[in-house]
Amino acid sequence: MAGKVITITSGKGGVGKTTVTANLAVTLAALGRRVTAIDTDIGLRNLDIIMGMESRIIYDIVDVAEGKCHLLQALIRDKRLPHLHLLPASQTSDKTAVSPEDMIAICNELRADNDFVLIDCPAGIDRGFQNAVASADEIIIVTTPEVSAVRSADRVIGLIEMNGKGPSKLVINRIKPAMVKRGDMLDTFDVIEFLAIDLLGVVPEDESVIVAANKGIPLAYEQTALASRAFHNIARRLTGETVPFLSIFEEPDTLWSRLRRALGSH
Amino acid sequence: MAELQIRMRGTRKGLAVALEEGDWQELLRELDTRLDQASTFFRGGQVHLATGERKIDQAELQQFMDVLGKYEIKLASLRTASQSTAEVAQALGVRLALPEAPSDPTGGRGPVEDLSEGLLLHRTLRSGQLLQHPGHVVVIGDVNPGAEIIAGGDVIVWGRVRGTIHAGALGDNEAIVCALELRPTQLRIGSHIATSPPESGILSRRSDAKKGIQPEVAFVQDELIVAEPWSTR
Repeated sequence: MAGKVITITSGKGGVGKTTVTANLAVTLAALGRRVTAIDTDIGLRNLDIIMGMESRIIYDIVDVAEGKCHLLQALIRDKRLPHLHLLPASQTSDKTAVSPEDMIAICNELRADNDFVLIDCPAGIDRGFQNAVASADEIIIVTTPEVSAVRSADRVIGLIEMNGKGPSKLVINRIKPAMVKRGDMLDTFDVIEFLAIDLLGVVPEDESVIVAANKGIPLAYEQTALASRAFHNIARRLTGETVPFLSIFEEPDTLWSRLRRALGSH
Repeated sequence: MAELQIRMRGTRKGLAVALEEGDWQELLRELDTRLDQASTFFRGGQVHLATGERKIDQAELQQFMDVLGKYEIKLASLRTASQSTAEVAQALGVRLALPEAPSDPTGGRGPVEDLSEGLLLHRTLRSGQLLQHPGHVVVIGDVNPGAEIIAGGDVIVWGRVRGTIHAGALGDNEAIVCALELRPTQLRIGSHIATSPPESGILSRRSDAKKGIQPEVAFVQDELIVAEPWSTR
């Protein structure tokens, strides 16, 4: 069966696209799936750093697009998970070095040998975004519970709908349960109500994500941190499993009373 | 307001303009003013002109086209009952529309509400999306902040309005805007503008967002846009 191409995007920068991509790639590979992650942030690559593969880059996506090397030569295999590969971005070119047609060709080739191809989209809605969504079968929108990030997500969802892609699924990243409880942060329900797309998962703010990123070892290698459990659940949902949402973010009765209110009963 | 000498209405093909009798320069000034009020709405569009019996010479028609050109609008066709006007139009390369149908003896003039065509949109308008329509607009879905509707007629939203709405954009101050939840970033009716209080509009807190929400209708009263609850009377 041909693999699925999933693009992870957000519009706004800094909401955690790369972190989500890296951790989902690791978790899916740990679940036994064949995964290739593609960094399309040409000129500002990051995914290789988060995944600890920076020093092993020889060829990159621009070399593949320009025909300087074969696709397989540019793929970097993960040291722990043999079914996990990275196609890195170039740090020296810019977004125009790769066209949407190049992306479609690359992804079609990768589909044959992978269960999942995860594309890490750059911030913004111009060429880099067009490249990243060109070949997507599914789209994951990452947002944080902030008005500006949610607004960007709304814009991107609209653009994706216009492209005839989607429906997109939502990951809410870096939610702070304590702030939500105090009423100082938008909660899951506010964000879903506003964006009106399906929720794929909620990832709590977790300091160990930053520690892991600095080490170049995605958090999801270990199942201990709360955030990595959230990534694990999202990955299982991507494989088609039905996994209940972590109930640690809000007290269940509060959530239910909100849902009831939303449904109009008293 | 003074008696309008120009009748405008939106159609699917573009803007239909019918001219009354009157001083040509005055007509041009009025046209200029009205296009200026809604310049972004018309930009890049086209006009279908009906002039009835009136005789227009080449210089006059050229002036008319110059005013349109200022707003990047094209004169797409001319409908006239005068032979000399028709010849002038042909000389300037303007397409002549078919003669008036017998059932339409006034030369296509008429109030907006009889003639504008409605548009039904069955989805949510998201940030960055713009819907422009010369007639009435009905949306089944939300209008999110950053989204914009510009309509020549009324705007009815079966959902939440948090973006920007301009009703009566062809200069109709009688237009109305209704929504199940009316919290626009900015609301315009004809030549009037209103903004929401800072608390509303963008992802407002649940506490006041859920409190006392009811359908509202906004309209112009005494030169101000007012919104009042839509109650079943």
